This record gives sequence, C-alpha cells and structure tokens, in this order.
Amino acid sequence: MIEFRGVTKQFPDGTVAVAGVDIVVPPRKTTVFVGSSGSGKTTLLRMINRMVDPTAGQVLIDGTDVATLEPVGLRRGIGYVMQNSGLLPHRKVIDNVATVPLLRGEKKAVAHARALELLDTVGLDRSLADKYPSQLSGGQQQRVGVARGLAVDPNILLMDEPFGAVDPIVRAELQQELLRLQGELGKTVVFVTHDIDEAFLLGDQVVIMQHGGQISQAASPAEILANPADDFVADFVGANRGKRALHLTEVDGRRIVVDDDGRPAGVLAS
Amino acid sequence: MNLLLDGIAWILDPANWTGVGSIPERIAQHLAISATVLVISALIALPIGTLVGHTGRGKELVVTVSGGLRALPTLGLLTLLALWLGIGLQAPIIALVVLALPPLLAGAYSGLESVDRRTVDAARAMGMREGQIIGKVEVPLGMPIIVGGIRSATLQIIATATLAAYIADDGLGRFIFAGLKTRDYAEMLGGSILVILLALAIDGLFAIIQRLVVPAGVRATRTRELRSRPPRPRAVVGRPITEGNPE
Repeated sequence: MIEFRGVTKQFPDGTVAVAGVDIVVPPRKTTVFVGSSGSGKTTLLRMINRMVDPTAGQVLIDGTDVATLEPVGLRRGIGYVMQNSGLLPHRKVIDNVATVPLLRGEKKAVAHARALELLDTVGLDRSLADKYPSQLSGGQQQRVGVARGLAVDPNILLMDEPFGAVDPIVRAELQQELLRLQGELGKTVVFVTHDIDEAFLLGDQVVIMQHGGQISQAASPAEILANPADDFVADFVGANRGKRALHLTEVDGRRIVVDDDGRPAGVLAS
Repeated sequence: MNLLLDGIAWILDPANWTGVGSIPERIAQHLAISATVLVISALIALPIGTLVGHTGRGKELVVTVSGGLRALPTLGLLTLLALWLGIGLQAPIIALVVLALPPLLAGAYSGLESVDRRTVDAARAMGMREGQIIGKVEVPLGMPIIVGGIRSATLQIIATATLAAYIADDGLGRFIFAGLKTRDYAEMLGGSILVILLALAIDGLFAIIQRLVVPAGVRATRTRELRSRPPRPRAVVGRPITEGNPE
C-alpha cells in the first residue's frame, strides 16, 4: 500500500506542482492518475521512488516513510516504465532488461536467463534479445521497457505515460497486454496518463487531478461516471456529452444504444 | 617551389636520419612531449569536464575560464614561463597544457551534455548511482564527442610543440629554429613538413578511433537521429539568402 499524506511539492521557482494531496493507493490494484499537463500527476508518481522529494507531507510505502529510505536502494526495488521506453540505446535488449538485477549484484547468467523469460512474459520473441533498442519498433521498445520494469519482480510498478508515444493501434494492444499481465501478476501499479479512456480501461481506482496539483476525485471508473464530484470532473470525463452520453432507441424491435450525436454504439444485450 | 623541393630533399637526405639530433630522434622527442602534455591536460580537464557535463553546474565558469585560456598567446606565455622557470621542458609543457585544456574541457562536458536527458533520467529512476550513470551511460554515449575534444587538443599540441625548441633542445621545432638561425631554409622547411605530416598522421589515427568508439546501438540509427542534425536548417543549401535582395 502506498499512502500520500498531505503531500505538497513547490519547486524552487515557486510553481506548486502538488498541493496537499491525501490519497491511498491500494495494493495489487491499478491506480491511474489522470489529468492534463501541469496537474502534478507525474510529480506524484516520481515521489514514490524519490525521484522527487515532497516539500511538505509524507509518502509511505507499507507504513514506511520513503524519506527515511536510501533513494538508490528504493528505486532498485520499484519497477519504473516511462514514455519512449527510456532504454539505454547502447545496450542490447537483454542487457537493458537485466540492468537492475545486475546492478543488484546478480550473476550475469541468472539475470540473462530471467530476462529471456521476461521477454516471453511481455510477448516478445526471444530472437530480439540481441538487438539494440533502435532496431525495434516503438511498441516493441515499450514492451522491453515493461520487461525491464518487472526484472526484479517488484511489488510496485510505476508507469509514467508508458503508451503515450505509440500509435493508437499499438497502444490498444499494449493496454490489453497490461491488463492480461496485471491479471497474472497482481502488482501495485501506479499509472499516469492524460487519456481518460485509458484511465477508465486500466484503472481499478482512477484519480482525477486538476491544474495546480489537487485531487478532484478518486474512485472507481463506474463511480466517477455515476457520480462525478464536480463540474470539472463531469466535464473532464465527458459524462454529459459525446460518446459517454448514451441512450436507447428502438429500431425494428431491437434496442440500440446511441451516443450523444445519435451514432450507434451497440445493441443492448437482454 | 624550389624551396619546397629543397625541403623534401633535406628530409630524404640519409645524413639527416642518423646521429645526434636526427629526424627519428626529433620525432620521438616531439611525440614524447606531446604525449606528456596530453596526459597531464587530460588528467586535469576530463574529470572537470565530466563533472560539469553531468551536473550541468559550473558550465559558465568553465566556458569563461577556457575562453580566457584560449585567448592566451602560447608564445607569450612560454616566454614568461621560461623567464620564471628557466631553460628546459617545464615551461613549454605548462604552456602547452594551457593550450590543450579548453578543447578537452569542451569535449568532455559537451559529450556528456549530448546524452538524451530522458535516458539519464531513466537510468537514475532504475536505481543507478550518480557514478554509474556517468560510467555506464553518459561516458559511453558521449564518447565520440569526448574523443573529438582529445583529437582537437592533440592536433593543437603537436602543431604547437614546435615551440618547445624555442627554449629547450627538443622536438621537431629544433630544425625550424636552427634553420632560421643559420638561414638553412631547406632544413627549416623540412622540419615544418615533418610537423605537418606528423600532425596529419596522428589526426588520422584519432579520426579512426573516433569512429570506433561510437556505441553499437547508436551507430545503427545515427543518420536518422534528430539530435545529430544541425539545430537550424542551413539557409544556403539549395536556397540562396534573399536578404537585401528582394524579388
């Protein structure tokens, strides 16, 4: 369990990225922080592995304040997946995946064997192990990034807009893959995105952030849709319009679901 | 043209290839001075440049200081140091180190600076220590530029090491100064040609090294990589500058 207690981050230039955030990230679930740029969602994520230290408040992992932990050791125990994969361009795929285990002093043979298994886990062919990141497609690179994040079998997996830079088809594929993986592995996933559809798809808990680093609402996707906390949330999730404002019409005796523009979205199963 | 032929004839004269102060001996001295200077200046400049490139701090100071060092006339500095330290190799070595520091510093910090910040951020987020980030990520990826700095420094050292002969009996500069004194222009020109050839040969060697240190995974997409393109399109390519020349 990760807990934010009254967490504030003010940068030296005076910008307040996060303002008094209290939130609990439940274990073995996916929590998605969603908001537009400048809402502090990435800053919150980076506080978990001390890439950013809060100026006030505490971040606790299983009851331990991370400020009391040594950053390097803490980071080696937490999986981190970032946008554009962040792979080391001068290292082969297998060495990229094995980076953290090797840093922790594991034997090379063991780390490499595990890295190959991880390639299977994320749905990559083992023949890619000896390629360099630049020789892979964007989607493949991102899968390698996920494999690297899982390399030390961490309890916590931080994902900072991991699918932001790939095309929509590959993104949909990677999202399904993450759902499958999460079903198998049951990690505590903290996921950051600006895409509300992605948040609703992946999140058990969705945390909607607004500009200035405050939480507007934290709940399950269904609760947010059923009961948006305020106009900002309703507007952000588009509850009252477009493809989420669905209603029924009857065509030839069957009930068809249409969206706000009258475009058919599906058939109501009875 | 005759003078040039005289110079070449002087180089090819077998008498100049044996005995005390022969061409091979002078070349060896010249290389020894250059290597000494390179090692000393690299030991000073590479750690500082690496630290500046890694932290991004102190860059202004380094740019200012190395700009100042660059502006120092080496011959003037050498004369001053010689008056202070006397005849011998100390003065030229110090003067040459001062000459070599700016390109080495610039190579080191721009080499590290050239590494994509996102890559560095990812390395840190994975749990690399700062030293590991430098050693395993920034230095390997910045190596071609770092070696570029060493290459440029070496070229300047070899060319300028002729000045060592100004106050010491050392290096290929001896031929130039001796020729000047005795009005033996063949010897003077021969010495100059030897310096040029030596500089070109060593520079060629570094050009090869510079290619070899490009990391494998980076070489694969070097031409496609955005950062290796010039930041602004060159105006003259295919399109003449029309400023002050309205159509």
